[in-house]
Amino acid sequence: MTGQPAGGVDFPDLTPDPGAGPLPRMLLAQAAIELRLALRQGEQVLLTLIIPVLLTLLLVLGSLVETDGSSRADYFLPGILALAVVSSSFTGLAIATAFERKYGVLKRLGATAMPRSVLLGGKTLAVLGIEAVQLFVLGALGLLLGWEPRAVLGAVVLVLLGTAAFAALGLLLAGTLRAEATLAAANLIWFLLLLGGGLLLPLSRLSDSAAAVLQFLPSAALADGLRAVFQAGAGLPVRPALILLAWSVVGFAAAVRWFRWE
Amino acid sequence: MPAPEPDSPNLDSVFVEQPAVEIVGLVKRYGDVLALDGVSFAVPTGNVVALLGPNGAGKTTAVEVCEGFRGPDSGIVRVLGLDPRRDARALRPRVGVMLQGGGAYPAARCAEMLRLVASFARHPHDPPALLAALGLGSVAGTPVKRLSGGQRQRLSLAMAIVGRPELVFLDEPTAGLDPAARHATWAVVEGLRRDGATVVLTTHFMDEAERLADSVVVLDHGKVVAAGSPSELTRAGMAGQVSFRAPAGLDLATLAGALPAGALASEPTPGHYLVESPVDPDLLAALTGWCARQNVLAEDLQVQRRSLEDVFLELTGRELRS
Repeated sequence: MTGQPAGGVDFPDLTPDPGAGPLPRMLLAQAAIELRLALRQGEQVLLTLIIPVLLTLLLVLGSLVETDGSSRADYFLPGILALAVVSSSFTGLAIATAFERKYGVLKRLGATAMPRSVLLGGKTLAVLGIEAVQLFVLGALGLLLGWEPRAVLGAVVLVLLGTAAFAALGLLLAGTLRAEATLAAANLIWFLLLLGGGLLLPLSRLSDSAAAVLQFLPSAALADGLRAVFQAGAGLPVRPALILLAWSVVGFAAAVRWFRWE
Repeated sequence: MPAPEPDSPNLDSVFVEQPAVEIVGLVKRYGDVLALDGVSFAVPTGNVVALLGPNGAGKTTAVEVCEGFRGPDSGIVRVLGLDPRRDARALRPRVGVMLQGGGAYPAARCAEMLRLVASFARHPHDPPALLAALGLGSVAGTPVKRLSGGQRQRLSLAMAIVGRPELVFLDEPTAGLDPAARHATWAVVEGLRRDGATVVLTTHFMDEAERLADSVVVLDHGKVVAAGSPSELTRAGMAGQVSFRAPAGLDLATLAGALPAGALASEPTPGHYLVESPVDPDLLAALTGWCARQNVLAEDLQVQRRSLEDVFLELTGRELRS
């Protein structure tokens, strides 16, 4: 922009010079704004950080729920970390995306040179960024409270698989329901999974028949898998990993099929 | 498409080139509603074309088909020679879009949003400079949701042009703007035209279409009811008229003979004369030349020319803005 008025019209140079920017720059820019917006929004931070931190303090320091004899930190931390993943990759992503759809942001971004795959990639990177903050904060808090994870590596794989599964389900919700309905449903599902989806308590605390069904929930698979790694030092628990993989594949297929951009 | 050199005249009349937008027989239905009913028009490269019509006329639908958001039910749509849906990936970097409603993240700051869109382009305008040129420099750090309607419109316009597109679609770019913001928007459209970009805009403001557009496509109920340059539209069909007072009993036959073909001269009441004809400088020159030859002074000379507003009323039987 030179600021040179010309031809009696005093607007800076607008000579066309079109072209798409490099894809990596698009991806980073999109991920950065998604991440900044998520961290700037009070409700998102409440959901992704404050509630998991408060639950950690309440469960580990309090005596509200009885454990099986292992340390309270070891007993509750895997479930709380799984809850944190559900909060950011499912509930947070679904609500944010639903309102972007409602306000025409998705449509507007769809009219730019950024391919939709890069938009989804940016969202994924932003969710992973939030999860990094969550795992750092909750992990540090857990260690302070005496958490002693026996292994870590398998947990990383499970978190990635869980993120894929829940992000697909969150996008499916956001791309099919109205924004207000998505808001209600994403919060309700979060709450139900917290109580009955194996997050707060292992399914082994429920009746056998209930556990036989609920173990196939992605939340239960993620939490059970994390318990196996952190509490028992497992490498990569195969069954939970396969369950999460299946949810990812089905979820993404459904999201691709039914997601509406506007 | 290279921009014309600053010192060369409009090259469109010299080179026959493919139009920037070409629409033939476009039909689009939403359920039972026929939004577009066989619409055809072309937008020559480097021109500003205004789609004019009341709410519900089909303007936005036509633009959104060109932008690739909707597929046509039938008809042919070519944008920069490409299919807006099949070739979307190739078209999007070349086309700038301003949507009704904007589409910025409500929580993003004004400058942050423009930087994001700029980062998708190869050689974008400098976002702070563009914001300043549009009078948004003072609200660069303000979240989009706290901008006024007019500021949001201008941000949306900035997002449409920041990537230096060669073709720009502006859907109601001045709806709800105060006069100052309207003029800022007009300056952008005039600047785009000056620098060789093609612009398609929708509006229901007559003065906007008359001032900005090389040609106007008047839409009503999904059909093109008229098309042409503003002056063609205001001249075509029913005439304007010129009235004047002069001594009674002048020779109307010689008056009619002196005027351009088709002009009707009459003396409705003695000493009051009426000429019905498309009004242009030639008509007035012929009329006053005849008066001079008759050694007659025409008093109370009044020219009534049709505005696009009159044209629209005649074509559709209703006001543009109800």
